[in-house]
Amino acid sequence: MSATVLIVLSMFMPLVAGLVLRAFDKEPNIRDGFSLLVAVGTFACVCSLTPMVMAGERPAFQLLEMLPGLSLAFEIEPLGMLFALIASGLWIITTVYAIGYMRGHHESNQTRFFTCFAVAIGAAVGAAFSANLLTLFTCYELLSVSTFPLVAHHQSAESRKAGRIYLGILLTSSVLFFLPAIVWTWHLTGTTDFVAGGILMGKIPDAAVPLLLALFIFGAGKAAVMPLHRWLPAAMVAPTPVSALLHAVAVVKVGVFTVVKVVTYTFGTKLLTDTGGSVWLMYVASFTILASSVIALGKDNLKARLAYSTISQLSYIVLGAAFANELGIMGAGFHIAMHAMGKITLFFAAGALIVLVHKTEISDMAGIGRKMPWTMGAFFVGSLCIIGIPPTGGSWSKWYLLMSAADANVWLMGVLLISSLFSIGYLMPVVTTAFFKPLPPESDHDHHDDHHHEGSGNVEYDHILCVIPPVLTAAGCVLLFLFSDQLYALLEPVMAANR
Amino acid sequence: MNIDVGLFNYWVVVILMVAGLYTVISKGHLIKKIIGLNIFQVSVFMMYITMGKVEDGTAPIFSETAVAYSNPLNSVLILTAIVVGVATTAVGLALAVRIHEAYGTLDESEIIEMDGGE
Amino acid sequence: MIDHFPAIQVALPMIAAAVVVIVRNPLVSHLIATGVAWISAVIAWTLLQSVLASGPISYQLGGWAPPTGIEYYIDPLNAFVLFLVSGIAAVVFPFAGASVAAEVDENKHHLFYACLLLCLTGMLGITITGDAFNIFVFLEITSLSSYALIAMGRDRRALSASFNYLVLGTLGGTAILIGVGLLLMQTGTLNIADLHMRLEGAHAASKTVLVALAFLTVGSSLKIALFPLHAWLPNAYAHAPSAVTALIAATSTKVSLYVLMRFIFTLFGTAVVFDVFQLQRVLLPLAVIGMFVGSLVAIYQTNIKRMLAYSSLAQIGYMVLGISLVNESGLAGSIVHMFNHAVIKGGLFMVMAAVVLRTGSADLSAMRGLAKRMPLTYLGFVIGGLGLIGVPLTAGFISKWYLVLGAIQNGMWLIVAMILLSSLLAVIYVWRVVEVGFFEEPDPEAPEIKEAPLSMLIPTWIMLGASLFFGVMTDTTAGVALEAARQLMGAP
Repeated sequence: MSATVLIVLSMFMPLVAGLVLRAFDKEPNIRDGFSLLVAVGTFACVCSLTPMVMAGERPAFQLLEMLPGLSLAFEIEPLGMLFALIASGLWIITTVYAIGYMRGHHESNQTRFFTCFAVAIGAAVGAAFSANLLTLFTCYELLSVSTFPLVAHHQSAESRKAGRIYLGILLTSSVLFFLPAIVWTWHLTGTTDFVAGGILMGKIPDAAVPLLLALFIFGAGKAAVMPLHRWLPAAMVAPTPVSALLHAVAVVKVGVFTVVKVVTYTFGTKLLTDTGGSVWLMYVASFTILASSVIALGKDNLKARLAYSTISQLSYIVLGAAFANELGIMGAGFHIAMHAMGKITLFFAAGALIVLVHKTEISDMAGIGRKMPWTMGAFFVGSLCIIGIPPTGGSWSKWYLLMSAADANVWLMGVLLISSLFSIGYLMPVVTTAFFKPLPPESDHDHHDDHHHEGSGNVEYDHILCVIPPVLTAAGCVLLFLFSDQLYALLEPVMAANR
Repeated sequence: MNIDVGLFNYWVVVILMVAGLYTVISKGHLIKKIIGLNIFQVSVFMMYITMGKVEDGTAPIFSETAVAYSNPLNSVLILTAIVVGVATTAVGLALAVRIHEAYGTLDESEIIEMDGGE
Repeated sequence: MIDHFPAIQVALPMIAAAVVVIVRNPLVSHLIATGVAWISAVIAWTLLQSVLASGPISYQLGGWAPPTGIEYYIDPLNAFVLFLVSGIAAVVFPFAGASVAAEVDENKHHLFYACLLLCLTGMLGITITGDAFNIFVFLEITSLSSYALIAMGRDRRALSASFNYLVLGTLGGTAILIGVGLLLMQTGTLNIADLHMRLEGAHAASKTVLVALAFLTVGSSLKIALFPLHAWLPNAYAHAPSAVTALIAATSTKVSLYVLMRFIFTLFGTAVVFDVFQLQRVLLPLAVIGMFVGSLVAIYQTNIKRMLAYSSLAQIGYMVLGISLVNESGLAGSIVHMFNHAVIKGGLFMVMAAVVLRTGSADLSAMRGLAKRMPLTYLGFVIGGLGLIGVPLTAGFISKWYLVLGAIQNGMWLIVAMILLSSLLAVIYVWRVVEVGFFEEPDPEAPEIKEAPLSMLIPTWIMLGASLFFGVMTDTTAGVALEAARQLMGAP
């Protein structure tokens, strides 16, 4: 199959599937099977594009001309390839998990859930493949709108409020900052294409560089750089598969992906280092890393703690971009992958706890590890990956970021080290509580719930679907450690362009 | 016969125009508003006719004795405008009748009150 | 035959209006009106293509050469507006059937369609003519038929709304008449192109011209409903029969805006208006205030038709803003938004017509849980709402792009922020409705509500489909708008 067909398939299969799914509203088994099939198909398409990109090709495809001179166009470069691989690959596992979770949790409106989920993945892959800022912005907004029903899924007053915060912050920031940044770029350069080495060099006054960068950074509110981080904890009211794939992988990564893309392909790292335009960002990102780590320490709700941990880890990637040197970009690219794998594991485990034993607060989780060794074991491996301890992939990205900081700003190495300590502080207690504290005597309440589940028939089967995915992704964390050379080879050209 | 029009007509036009506008705005009674509109429109008709007047000109009807003719274009335009004015008045009065049937009053403030202040 | 298309464009609906009155049969009237609207759209499309391919068309009515005779003059701008008006009519007229049957007495149906046709005649006439006095005449034809149409609403408030509109509309129309009169006094001609030539040079900065400009601007602003001359609009839109609202909300203010553009750019010329008289200093603040007042008031409305009416007020602010930026991008944004907003708002009011037909009310409370009962209609509201907000892939985004670009080119960063902020206010008022429809449960005691009939659904979705289509395929909208803007700004 030609590259164009593959690009089209990998973006539009999820989008179209989202619409087709509606037809199977009354047939949950067909619907869920179809979801899985599309996920596998999408991943296969993305995978078969990978060798071409590794070989140095840049498959491109212009969909249509949206405005005179401005197209919806797609071109795959290494960063986008990496992001698309992560999003579509983890989608398969998440779909399996979601089937178990949604059924085990007796959620309503499951068809809407799977529909919006598919559309969101399509938008994420589209963003990954964007050839210019306009296309990226379009996919970015499509992603915001399509995930809103997922956040507000429960339709309760609380989730509607969360949905408003979610959409409010994401839409406001993107329209108020991202859009004018794009129009400004267009006004300055007459193009919005992503070009290796940047397009703004010599077209923009030095003093305006930090300003335009700020518009882009805060415009990409999905990167959750403080003070635009409030939407992420709010989004945690969503069902856990959404938190896992979208709010640890697809949505947030589109934010930081935008940041990295803009730094490398719009500004060009040289322009930023020459003008010092990204120095302010180093400090803002460092502040976000530390502040959100501190907040995470104080959260007893596991999902909320993970959300603040995500905010902190996202700013690692932003920080890598702000360093604007080759190792920084490499570290940012690596961390997109490593954090995705690690954080999705943690969320899968957290969701399994909700479905199987109805625990959301960390203080209630004493001794859970003995009851659910696989789930909590996976949680442990995922934690290592987030903290950055071998043999997990996270150690590589932290390594590159530290090296990059040594080049750009030695003091900020301290931030990275301190925040790693913080992450031990907020993740390890969960593990120790689960494994080393004694299990409290069973209450009647739990007993009642278990009884209820036994009555619903295929409960065991559903539960297995919740336990296998975290184990798989935990294994993925280790594999990423072992096969990081492949990742390096993929990202090498991006590094070379910024040397 | 020579009538030196001067600016006299224009003063009348302005006075009528402002009087008409004032009536439309200040009066609460719907019929009075329509009357105000009519005065306002008539002032404009006068303006057109006045500017079409040519010194020593007669009505633009062919005649052997005439020295000059007034500009016929303005009169023609105003014929059209008068028709428009009449039509507007007719629609306005028809609406007033319907409003009287529906509300039992023609007073604007009472109508607003009955509509709940919209 | 094709040579006479400009005359047929206006004459056909006028003759059809007379025929409809004679026929008196509701069904036949509806069919005639629909057929005429379709033919008009085809003619307008042909004219647009011909103008784009081979330059402006000048048609001499009755064979009298301008400036003596009346000239129909078609350039890209008004060919575009002609297509907009007749295109909207071609979608709304067939749609009107079910809605009108429910909202208007049957013995008045033929008169209703006659008024609808006259309204169309007037709007097409305003757009096509190259004669200043002719604009006034057609404007009054449009207005008079609109008063009658609005007054046919079910509620008695429609009557007072119509009367209000009549008073203000007549003042506006007469102001235009005064302006035209003053120009006639100064130059002795009524032909717009001729006026422009005679106004160049010595006359340009005279007091008479200034006063004429003032009257023409105020007159057309009243018809546009530019803040603060908008008092007539909310009630008129809210209480008119739903199909009428869809038509006039989509077209009538746009045509008036076209008149303002024609006066500013073709009649006076940018040099006189913007360099000598500095009109943008008046229009710009009013437009910005209008954007915010409209959106803010819309947020607090419980009647959704009224809410959309206030939203129109805000959108009109955008269009006038584009004019007052005085550059090509801004003007192109204004022209393209004229089209895009017409399609979006027309579609939204059509959705509301379907809601009113099924629930009997346009109140927010009547829309609880409606997404389950009328999924296709409600999805339509979401699509239209996203268009209003200006999300990419909808037509609204295209307009916003050009407006923001225009403001950035002028270095007006504050205005950029204003445009974007006020478009975010749209999120609030649109999302309120979306949440109520999707996330609230319907009143259990309410009678069973069915999906809207196909005769309404299909046109509604054509309209909303167009709002998506013109969000990605912009050759006919943004392309033509850029070309028109270039010509209006006087570039070669």
